Amino acid sequence: MISERINENSPWQDITEGNKIFEAATSREFCTGEWRTSTPVWNQEKCKQCLLCTPVCPDSSIPVNDQKRKDFDYDHCKGCGICAKVCPFGAITMKEGK
Amino acid sequence: METYNFKEIMNKPERLAPGHRMCAGCGGTVAVRGVLRALHEGDKAVVGNATGCLEVSSFMYPYTAYEDSYIHNAFENAGATLSGVETAYRVLKKKGKVKEDYKFITFGGDGGTYDIGFQSLSGAMERGHDMVYVCYDNGAYMNTGTQRSSATPQFADTTTTPAGKASNGKVQIRKDLAAIMAEHHIPYVGQTTFTNNFKDLHTKAEKAIYTPGAAFLNILAPCPRGWGYEPSDLMDICKAAVDTCYWPLYEVVDGKWILSYEPKAKLPIEDFLRSQRRFRHLFKPENEELIAAFQKEVDRRWEELQIKCNR
Amino acid sequence: MAVRERLSGNEAVAYAIKQINPDVMPAFPITPSTEIPQYVANYIANGEIDTEFIPVESEHSSMSATVGASAAGARALTATSSCGLALMWEELYVAASNRLPIVLALVNRALSGPININADHSDSMGARDSGWIQIYAESNQEAYDNFLQAFPIAEHKDVMLPVMICQDGFITSHGVENILLVEDNLVKEFVGERDPKHYLLNPNETLAVGPYAVSYYYMETKRGQREAMINARKVILEVAERFQAMTGRQYGFFESYRLEDADYAVVIIGSAAGTCKAAIEQIRNTTGKKVGLLKIRVFRPFPEEEIAAALAHVKAVAILDRSEMFSATGGPLGAEVRAALYQAKGKAETVNYLYGLGGRDITVEDFCQVYANLEKIAETQQITDMYEYIGLRRR
Repeated sequence: MISERINENSPWQDITEGNKIFEAATSREFCTGEWRTSTPVWNQEKCKQCLLCTPVCPDSSIPVNDQKRKDFDYDHCKGCGICAKVCPFGAITMKEGK
Repeated sequence: METYNFKEIMNKPERLAPGHRMCAGCGGTVAVRGVLRALHEGDKAVVGNATGCLEVSSFMYPYTAYEDSYIHNAFENAGATLSGVETAYRVLKKKGKVKEDYKFITFGGDGGTYDIGFQSLSGAMERGHDMVYVCYDNGAYMNTGTQRSSATPQFADTTTTPAGKASNGKVQIRKDLAAIMAEHHIPYVGQTTFTNNFKDLHTKAEKAIYTPGAAFLNILAPCPRGWGYEPSDLMDICKAAVDTCYWPLYEVVDGKWILSYEPKAKLPIEDFLRSQRRFRHLFKPENEELIAAFQKEVDRRWEELQIKCNR
Repeated sequence: MAVRERLSGNEAVAYAIKQINPDVMPAFPITPSTEIPQYVANYIANGEIDTEFIPVESEHSSMSATVGASAAGARALTATSSCGLALMWEELYVAASNRLPIVLALVNRALSGPININADHSDSMGARDSGWIQIYAESNQEAYDNFLQAFPIAEHKDVMLPVMICQDGFITSHGVENILLVEDNLVKEFVGERDPKHYLLNPNETLAVGPYAVSYYYMETKRGQREAMINARKVILEVAERFQAMTGRQYGFFESYRLEDADYAVVIIGSAAGTCKAAIEQIRNTTGKKVGLLKIRVFRPFPEEEIAAALAHVKAVAILDRSEMFSATGGPLGAEVRAALYQAKGKAETVNYLYGLGGRDITVEDFCQVYANLEKIAETQQITDMYEYIGLRRR
């Protein structure tokens, strides 16, 4: 966990030289799901796995495996609702709150 | 080029990680995901970035959202910075110090691309570095709070061209950057946005990345806050932009202009303007002629583009 | 055996670049540094080196591309002068805070306006707070020798800072002098190859450079840069020692010229030190008065304690600045040397003169007058002109 090594309490000696980060995708540790004011709910029954919802997600929060989407990554989904709007099958609905 | 099998493409590993701080519903990261998805699996890349929303949100120390190596330098120099990286790659490869193949893609908003970074972009393209410059065009300086840019459409209400009693918003018409880049006679220029199955963006990104030499992609990437629309409406806005011919999809391949899509019925420009707060003042009864002027400019550019594509 | 040659300062630096054979050189022409990229482009055109030259469209882009190339893992450098450096301003800070071991061949020239192509130090002095190491030369030989030492200092793991190698426009850059060149194989051995630790093109790890760092991290980052600058003191001397072992030529933070027994001293940077030395010889030979010189080589990091110690015994000091800073109280070298003396509880009277702005000549007679002023000040304990322009026409 990079946040254990570098955080708001780190002494100056622990800040990486030139602020360089030598790891990929450390942002996964930051939970933007906290921001949500409404939440997409996936109805697996209605879903036809067309995957049209996956490229429109600004937050890479609709994981795909074996060409099938999985449930939302609620740690990061910000609840914008674009996916619900593009779903042709009504398989995503937005509910109020987190 | 890979054949476009939508499900296979969607199955590719994600190269932009979640946890970045872009707004809910941001078009910018949809553009970035779409472009990086066009990298072939296993190919390495260095991603560049001009200062802007994307940069301050996707690499906030110590959190990078990128699976690939990434460099941000400043606002106005994404072109020059990546040209340095690409040149380093060529010489280190020549000297045998780097063995792997790398691709070079840099992102800038319209502020960093049309305006402050224009010279740096022009220089990098003219020198022919093997790189792709991607503009995610949301038509204003969104990072600092929606100030007008030369990509802002005429009449848009921005914080530096506010609509008011004595103002109808931005006075000037927008700069046509993709055409200017085409006039650099680089091997590939594409203009795109988000369509239903993302095929247009994907194939253009793939061509841009895998065409040797300099390439430029202009992607309309709506900003819900700056434009004033419901974040969930992203795809409707993009569709309206394309079907009204406000944002035509085309590419210029080795100097040949090719129209990628022609709407069966060209929709009136109101269909694009209506849902956006920045154009609200145009719908006052006394401003009918402004919409007519907007329509006239869209028509003029659309006709000009058709002529270029038919010759 | 060292090679005897006759070269201009620009030729000497270009020759050093050829011997180092760096990876990437983006550059944009500006008088009087233009010749450096021209020579390098010629070396490349003739197949003598395998450096890649990027003919960028501005100096902002030359430093931007240098930053990109260095972050990618390449040994990268550029050259410029005056307004070119001013256009790079933002990038100087970025290069330093990213801790990139870039080298910049700076040919000092006055900043506009009015536009002027001749030597003064307003360009590099303005960049003194950017986080770059700054090393200045009196002569072509020093410009060449300093340049050879630049990458070993910049790339040292305890430093990792960009280095600016400065020489005076036209006076040094275009003046042809005898010079001793180091053999190619010795240069290669001395400078070595860059062995980057973290770089964009490392196949074994990804690297992200240039974050947005909020206030929780910014100040700690600056402290890290300061530490590197502190470390640079030791490394600059170590590299100089290694250089002396190779060439016999000795370098430190500054050169003390007849200073050991001097009552009156001048502190100066750059080519005018040569004129000052001539004045010292003339005064000592004709009057026997004890006059001396402290010629700054390393301005960043600033060798505060060493300067104060070297001037501890002097009765009066004239600090000569070749750039205005419009504080209305003198120039930057004056401010820093005085601070050093104050801190060391120095007893010398000080004056701060400005000279040579926009290429104005300074003569042996001018220096003789400076020493005469110092003598008077020491005797009377009265300073009439604390800050003065040398060679200024007056009504």
